[in-house]
Amino acid sequence: MSSYRGNPDAIRALVQDDRVHRDAYLSDEVFELEQRHFVTRTWSFLGHTSQVPEAGDYVAVELAGQPLLMVRQADGAVRVLHNRCAHKGTQLVTDTAGNAGRFFRCPYHAWTYKLDGAPLALPLKSGYEGTGLAQCASGRGLEALKHVVVYREFVFVRLADVGPEFDAYFGGVLAAIDNMVDRSPEGRLTAAGGVLRNIVHCNWKMYLENINDTVHPVSTHESAVQAAQGLWQGHAADEPKPMAMEQILPFGAGYDFFDRMGGRVYPNGHSVLGIHFSIHSGYAQLPEYEQALRDAHGAERAQQILERSAQNAVLFPSLAVKGSPQAIRVIRPLAADRTLIEAWSFRAEGAPELLFERAQSYNRLVFSPMSVVAHDDVHLFESIQRGLRSGANDWVSLHRGFDAAELGRGTAETNGTNELLMRNQFRAWAQHLAAGMEGAP
Amino acid sequence: MTTERDIFDPIVLADFVAEEAALLDAGRFDEWLALYTIEGRYWVPLAGAAQADPHSHQSLAFEDRLLLQLRIDRMKSPRAHSLRPRSRCQHVLQRSRIDAVDEAGRSATLSTPFVYIETRGELQLTLAGTCRHRLVHTDAGWRMCEKRVDLLDPDRAYPAIQLFI
Repeated sequence: MSSYRGNPDAIRALVQDDRVHRDAYLSDEVFELEQRHFVTRTWSFLGHTSQVPEAGDYVAVELAGQPLLMVRQADGAVRVLHNRCAHKGTQLVTDTAGNAGRFFRCPYHAWTYKLDGAPLALPLKSGYEGTGLAQCASGRGLEALKHVVVYREFVFVRLADVGPEFDAYFGGVLAAIDNMVDRSPEGRLTAAGGVLRNIVHCNWKMYLENINDTVHPVSTHESAVQAAQGLWQGHAADEPKPMAMEQILPFGAGYDFFDRMGGRVYPNGHSVLGIHFSIHSGYAQLPEYEQALRDAHGAERAQQILERSAQNAVLFPSLAVKGSPQAIRVIRPLAADRTLIEAWSFRAEGAPELLFERAQSYNRLVFSPMSVVAHDDVHLFESIQRGLRSGANDWVSLHRGFDAAELGRGTAETNGTNELLMRNQFRAWAQHLAAGMEGAP
Repeated sequence: MTTERDIFDPIVLADFVAEEAALLDAGRFDEWLALYTIEGRYWVPLAGAAQADPHSHQSLAFEDRLLLQLRIDRMKSPRAHSLRPRSRCQHVLQRSRIDAVDEAGRSATLSTPFVYIETRGELQLTLAGTCRHRLVHTDAGWRMCEKRVDLLDPDRAYPAIQLFI
C-alpha cells in the first residue's frame, strides 16, 4: 500500500517541531522517494579531484542508485558522466578506478566516446543513415551531469535540473572545507591511503543524526573509554601520549564538555558541532608547522584555522568533515536499512607527515570495520533500526533544548547538547523531499 | 631435550600458528596476547598482500600491544554493547608454508591461507586470506613479532568485524 508517493504533505507530516516519525527511517517507500526526489535535488559530495590527477583518469561512484564516472578531461577540467552506454546501457567501465586513455569504448558493441561524453565513432555507421539515432538521446553520447561544482577540489553534484544553487544551498558551512584545505600551507589536499568502507544496517539519517549526537559517548563508548583510561592510569595529565591514546581518551569527556563546545546550524540541514572546541582540540601542537601556516596565510588567518578544530561539520546530506584530523566521512544511502559509510584521509600538502598519520590513525581507530569505538555505535544504530518497529509509539524524540523561537531562524548558535542540530537536518530533509516531489525550484 | 633442529622443525612452527588461532577461537585473548613480543604488531592492511607498509596506506587494523590490550580489556566490560550477543569465531587453516628461516637470527616467517568465520546471533561473516607470521625464538619459546592478515578482499565494504582475524 502506498501512503507517501504523490503525497508531499504526508512527507512533511513525518517531521514535527520536536519529533520525527519512524517511517522516515523504516519505510522502503520513503527511501525510494528520497532517492528519486531528495538526493537528486540536493548537492552531494561525489569525490575529490586528487583521485583523478591525469587526463583520462576516472573513478566510478554510485549516487541515488545511478552509476556515475568522475573523469579528468584533456584540458584539466573534471566532468561527471553517467556510466551508461547511450546504445544499450552497458557501463563503460566496471573497475572502481582507472585510466580510460583518450576515449571510452563500450565493450559490448564498440561505440566510442570522448572523455567529455561526446560521441566519437560506432561500427556499421551506414546502418544508421536515415534513422532517428542522431536526433535522439542515444545519438548524443554519454550524458554529462549539468550541475557539477568543484569547491576547493571537492566535487559536488546535483542530479536534477531543478533545485537550489550550490552557494545558496551550502552557504556558510563551506568554511569547514576552507578550514581543512587551509591547513595545508600550499592550500592543497590530496586524498591518500585508501578509503575505509563500512556497511551499517541502519537508515542513513540515523547515522547523520549521530554525527551531531554529543550525549551518546558517555554511555555508548563507556567500554572503550574505560579500557583506555585503565591502560593510561598513573601517567601525568601533561605527559605526551601515544597518538592512539591522544585520540581515544577525549571520548571520555563528560556531558558538560560536550555542552560547552557549542554548535551552529545553517539552513538546508548543515551544521558545525564544536564551534568553541572539541575532542580534537588537545592534539599536540607543532610549532614549525604553525609557523609555516602563518608564512602562507598570514598570522590572523593562521590563528583562525588553528583555533577551529570542530568536532564535525555536516554538509547535509552526504559529507561530514573533521578539519583536524584531516578526515571526512561520506554517507551513501543504499536502502532504508543499509548505508555505506566511507572514511577518507587527506594529506595536507606542505604540512608535516604527522598530520596525515593523525588522519589515518583517527579513521582506523574510530571508523574502521574493526574499530572498537565504532563497534558500539554500529551495534546501537542497528539495534534502533529493529527496535523502532515495535509498539504503538510512532515517534522518535528530538525534544532536547527545543524552543519555538528557533523555527525559521536560519543560521543560529546553540549549546552543544541541544538536539537542534538534528531537528535542523530533519526539517531540511522534509522540506527538500516534499519540494522535490512537487517539482518545485 | 629440545635441540636447535627441533625448534625450526616445520611441524613445530606450523603448530605455533595453529595454536595461536586456536586461542582466538577459544576466546583466550590474554594468552593470545602473551604470544607477542613486547614490540609485537597485529596488522590488517587495507591493500592486503599488495601493501608495502602500514604508514603510506590505510589499514583496517594496525595495533601494538597497548591497543591490543585495550581491545581485549574492552571485551571484558559488561558495557561492551556490541558483544551482546557475543561474537564467536572459527579459523580454518590451510597447511602453513615456511617462507624464511634465519637460524642465526632465531627467526622464521610463515604464510598460512585461512578461512575465518565470525558469528553473532543469526549473522555470519566469512573472510578469506593469508596470515603471515613473523616469529622470533625467545627463552619462552616462539613469539610473534608481527601477525599480518592479508585479506582476499581487503577494500570491500564490511560490516563490523568484532574479533581478531
